[in-house]
Amino acid sequence: MTGKPIVQFQNVKKSFDELEVLKGFDLDIMPGEKVSIIGPSGSGKTTIIRMLMTLEKPTDGEIIVDGQNLWHMESNGKWVEANEKHLSKIRGNIGMVFQHFNLFPHMTILRNCTEAPVHVLGLNKKEAEQRAKQMLAKVGLAEKEKNYPFQLSGGQKQRVAIARALVMQPKVMLFDEVTSALDPELVGEVLRVIKDLAEQGDMTMILITHEMDFAMEISDRVVFFADGYLTEEGPPEELFNNPKSDRLKSFLQRFSKV
Amino acid sequence: MSAAEIVEVLSRGVTVTVSLMLVSGILALVVAFVAGLSRVSGLKIVRFLTTVYVEFFRGTSLLVQLFWIFFVLPQLFGIRLDPFMAGVITLGLNYGAYASEIVRGSILAVPDGQREAAVALNMSKTQRMRLIILPQALRTMLPGFGNISIELLKATALVSLITLQDMMYLAQNLRAADYSLSLKVFGILLVMYFVLALPLIVLSRYLEKRASRGVANT
Repeated sequence: MTGKPIVQFQNVKKSFDELEVLKGFDLDIMPGEKVSIIGPSGSGKTTIIRMLMTLEKPTDGEIIVDGQNLWHMESNGKWVEANEKHLSKIRGNIGMVFQHFNLFPHMTILRNCTEAPVHVLGLNKKEAEQRAKQMLAKVGLAEKEKNYPFQLSGGQKQRVAIARALVMQPKVMLFDEVTSALDPELVGEVLRVIKDLAEQGDMTMILITHEMDFAMEISDRVVFFADGYLTEEGPPEELFNNPKSDRLKSFLQRFSKV
Repeated sequence: MSAAEIVEVLSRGVTVTVSLMLVSGILALVVAFVAGLSRVSGLKIVRFLTTVYVEFFRGTSLLVQLFWIFFVLPQLFGIRLDPFMAGVITLGLNYGAYASEIVRGSILAVPDGQREAAVALNMSKTQRMRLIILPQALRTMLPGFGNISIELLKATALVSLITLQDMMYLAQNLRAADYSLSLKVFGILLVMYFVLALPLIVLSRYLEKRASRGVANT
């Protein structure tokens, strides 16, 4: 994990109308790094990765992906707001798994995983299916390829969503509270898949999570957001066992009580 | 005049009524998609112009619109349309305006998470609409379309007022010849419209049932 960061946030701010959710933060993420973002709800954690996925536009600041500015581009020597074409070029580096899965209900599981490779990457159907089947096998759902999303459990749906994102071979994967909408007994199967992925890979992973044990286990670094600021960051052992800020101490205390 | 004879006379108008419904129905469908998609367009001017069109046609009388196209256009611009064309255009534009609201509503009813997932997979705007949003919205549209097609069938009766010889026109003729036939003629006319609407009613029931399948919340 040396060299240039793959993702950089530079003084990034985000407001929704009057409400300033993120009040300016810097964060560099290195290629292959596994970063967990923790913090109380409403602290803007999800907004961070939604801006990286181009689902939300920063109010101020810059986001750099693999050396390229995400939300701005050069046009005739001037620095202007990124257009759809520019966003699309950079977006190809990034994949995302959502809290509520967001599988396509009108497609089979296999089709969910082949639609984008065929239409976005231009693979032929056979190649796309081969890739999709490989990924479905990886998340343990090879036998469900002909089913429709409504026939699957929450945990299975989320594993399909992970496979669907992986088929696109992103350099950076974003996980947005991917177990929050699951029944407790289904959380384990999804976390196991993510853990496998983390252990195998050179893939960069950014996770928003409330699973503190899990964050401790798989992260290279944990970042704590509170009240719109990046309040504390460091290796998981340090952050969890030896929190410096009062805000993080009280946050962790509330968690250990439950 | 016997009931059988009345049916025989009115039947001569079935072709006009049905073909008018089919052709204006197709026009309405095309208009509905064009206008419906325009109303969710990113371009403000496109949205504005479509809204003006939709609200104008929804907000004014269908009969007055028909008279405008058939009687006023020739005077004003020298555009002379035969009654069938005038009927098709008026009904198509009017019902297209109504149906465009169904298209718009169904598109907006697709959860935003679907669009976001498509963005995350780097689909273009057109791909998002074509591959992800529209196929799901279509299921929601179908019952509404079924409903509106029945209304369209009944609205075709208005063209009798611009000399088109549909079922309604022929019924009026019979009544004008012999006032005592009113009850019989219009009773039979009701039944005939209902018989024509029946397939549409059955179809929209079926589509309604189908629409509830396969549209899960994920």
